[in-house]
Amino acid sequence: MISFETPEMVDQVRNMLHGMVNNIVRPIARYYDDHEHERAKELDAFAPIMQAGMGGGGRKGAKKEKKEIKATDDRIGANAISVAGAEEMAWGDVGLMLAMPGGGLGNAAVDAVATDEQYERFGKKYCAMAITEPGCGSDASAVTATAVLDGDEYIINGEKIFVTDGERCEAVVVWATLDKSKGRAAIKSFVVEKGTPGFRVEKLEHKCGIRASDTATLVFEDCRIPKTNILGDPEIRPEGGFKGVMATFDATRPLVAAMALGCAQAAFDFTKETLAKEGIIPRYDRGTLELTAVERDLLWMEAQLEVIRLMVIRAGWMADNGRPNNLEASMVKAKAGKYGNLIVQKCVEILGPIGYSREYLLEKWMRDNKVNDIYEGTQQIQMIVVARRILDYGRDMLS
Amino acid sequence: MSTFSLDEDQRQIQESMRRFAADKMRPIARDCEEKAAIPDEFLTDSWALGIAPNMIPEQFGGYASAHSVLNNAIMAEELAYGDLALAAAVMAPYLFVLPILEMGSEAQKEKYLPTFCGDTYTAGSLAVMEHAVGFDVNNIKTTAKKKGKSYIINGGKCLVPLANKAPYFIVAATTAVGGGAAAIEAFIVNKSAKGVTIGEKEKQMGLNALDTFSVDFKDCEVAGENRLAGLDYNRLIACSRIALASSAVGVAAAARDYCINYAKERVTFGQPIATRQTIAFMLADMAIEIDGARLLNWKAAWTADQGDNPLRLGYLAKVYAAEQSFKAADYGISILGGHGLIREHPVEMWFRNARAFAMLEGLIMA
Repeated sequence: MISFETPEMVDQVRNMLHGMVNNIVRPIARYYDDHEHERAKELDAFAPIMQAGMGGGGRKGAKKEKKEIKATDDRIGANAISVAGAEEMAWGDVGLMLAMPGGGLGNAAVDAVATDEQYERFGKKYCAMAITEPGCGSDASAVTATAVLDGDEYIINGEKIFVTDGERCEAVVVWATLDKSKGRAAIKSFVVEKGTPGFRVEKLEHKCGIRASDTATLVFEDCRIPKTNILGDPEIRPEGGFKGVMATFDATRPLVAAMALGCAQAAFDFTKETLAKEGIIPRYDRGTLELTAVERDLLWMEAQLEVIRLMVIRAGWMADNGRPNNLEASMVKAKAGKYGNLIVQKCVEILGPIGYSREYLLEKWMRDNKVNDIYEGTQQIQMIVVARRILDYGRDMLS
Repeated sequence: MSTFSLDEDQRQIQESMRRFAADKMRPIARDCEEKAAIPDEFLTDSWALGIAPNMIPEQFGGYASAHSVLNNAIMAEELAYGDLALAAAVMAPYLFVLPILEMGSEAQKEKYLPTFCGDTYTAGSLAVMEHAVGFDVNNIKTTAKKKGKSYIINGGKCLVPLANKAPYFIVAATTAVGGGAAAIEAFIVNKSAKGVTIGEKEKQMGLNALDTFSVDFKDCEVAGENRLAGLDYNRLIACSRIALASSAVGVAAAARDYCINYAKERVTFGQPIATRQTIAFMLADMAIEIDGARLLNWKAAWTADQGDNPLRLGYLAKVYAAEQSFKAADYGISILGGHGLIREHPVEMWFRNARAFAMLEGLIMA
């Protein structure tokens, strides 16, 4: 049955996080934007509370339970909570959200594919995700980092860039190929812990936005890790070895969409409040000729935000209820990435000097939100995924 | 709890309407458009779907348990997927039935509702729109002046569907020009009442098959008992907007599906055009926006079913769906190229039809 009632549990998480980010995160957001690469220690106390609120880490509702789920309708799972939580956190601040200790992107991969033994070792660690290289980004199948089995160890060699949390994490999930000649099926992910000889942080990027979050270049030189650190199937299976690593995206793309939404909602709320002080309040009961241009903009933004939120919730609902959501995850990532940015940019435009001034956070949100349309698959990559799905095309027909 | 799956009733509605759209609407849609007429046989067939008795409670001759805006939104989308003009004709009776059902007095329900529970198509209509630049549904110019126990209606309406066939229609008129929604009243008017003039069939850019008329009122006296006593004008308009938004999604989805098939078959430079990103991304964009428009409209419909005020969401859903529908049809023409403009393909018709949503109010109710 179609229903749009927000579950009480989700409401509670939203309210709790909304209040917390408003009181703790917003006040320090400007400082850490100005002081790039400085660690936000205020978050240390906040992070565990936040993670508990969002369901106590990602394993809940992940691998084990998933097998039991048979396309149900009304299961409120980890995804419903995490997308709502991500939206509220990003409403607070996207950069600081990413800098929150313990909640790295690598954890999503560990949650999704780790064995019980691996989960025991890495589940509680702060894991970053290293996919992009100087020579490849969206084309993840082109990774050149290598992993060579040598006795009980893999030897990792290569360079990874744009690794979110790369400096502050405790471990990193690295994509590397077991055999370059075997194509995408040979690409596997490996957990490399900080302090492993041969693994170093080469440099930190200076960025347009999300400056509170560290973005690192990592170098692996004859870095030896236990054989048991490979995530998922260690065999090269041409019929679908890549799908395992790609499946993580079905869970993370709705999250990034939720972040783009949260940031856009923040901009919209600020703009609406600022305009209200000037007596400008959008009306829903006027003819088109009577509406002002700014009212039309506000109504347009409001509709977009509603649409994005519903698509985010739906993608999470599908994941929680055992329904494949590859199409819907990419749909909402494309939609939220693009329109989340257009909304913030429009807000900056509407508020003029107030939008542009660093006295307020709005200009920062415009810079922060841009990345949400790029990482976890760019706008264009999402469009390829959506198009292939609706056309029933494979990679050979559309790339 | 948020859920997005159709229940058994909704699935049945969707399936039966989808089948009807494919079997009975698509095959005749272009011919109806060219002839600017809908055969009576089609209307009879549509009556067999049993939509009216499904809306009308048992005590008034039907077998409905409850009226669901959401279920009807699902119905409207599928019918419009078949053809918008035919869909509007199928749903025209509900322009009359639903306001009485939701907002009429017991006497009005008893008098009018049973007539829609018979075996033959019975038309009804609603006169809201007026021939004015940027028509504003809350600022109508047709007036109703109280005179004793009656009202005197003066003014002119346009885009009144099936006014030729409908014995009665509901007319929106204001008791104080400029008084907004609060001043607006609705009256059940007998077509043959003194002072009512039905004009010539209107000629529009699209929707040619649908008979719409201008209707003029000159000192038309309506008994006080014909006033819709329980009128909630904002809700009436919001529900109509939800039905219009559903229809807009239906038209857009028709364009999307037609273009997907076309783009996979049409070969240029040795490859189907769907393999080119320029085309594929347009199709993806259509799919994303149609999906989003549908979700927003479902939420508006669900809100109306909860008894909450659907004014805001109904407005947003309709504006959003109208824009996306026209964009989808416009993209459709571009994807078909020159063929998109040729009347052998339905896309140019959808392009003309979809343009209507941005200005329409009240033409469809479900």
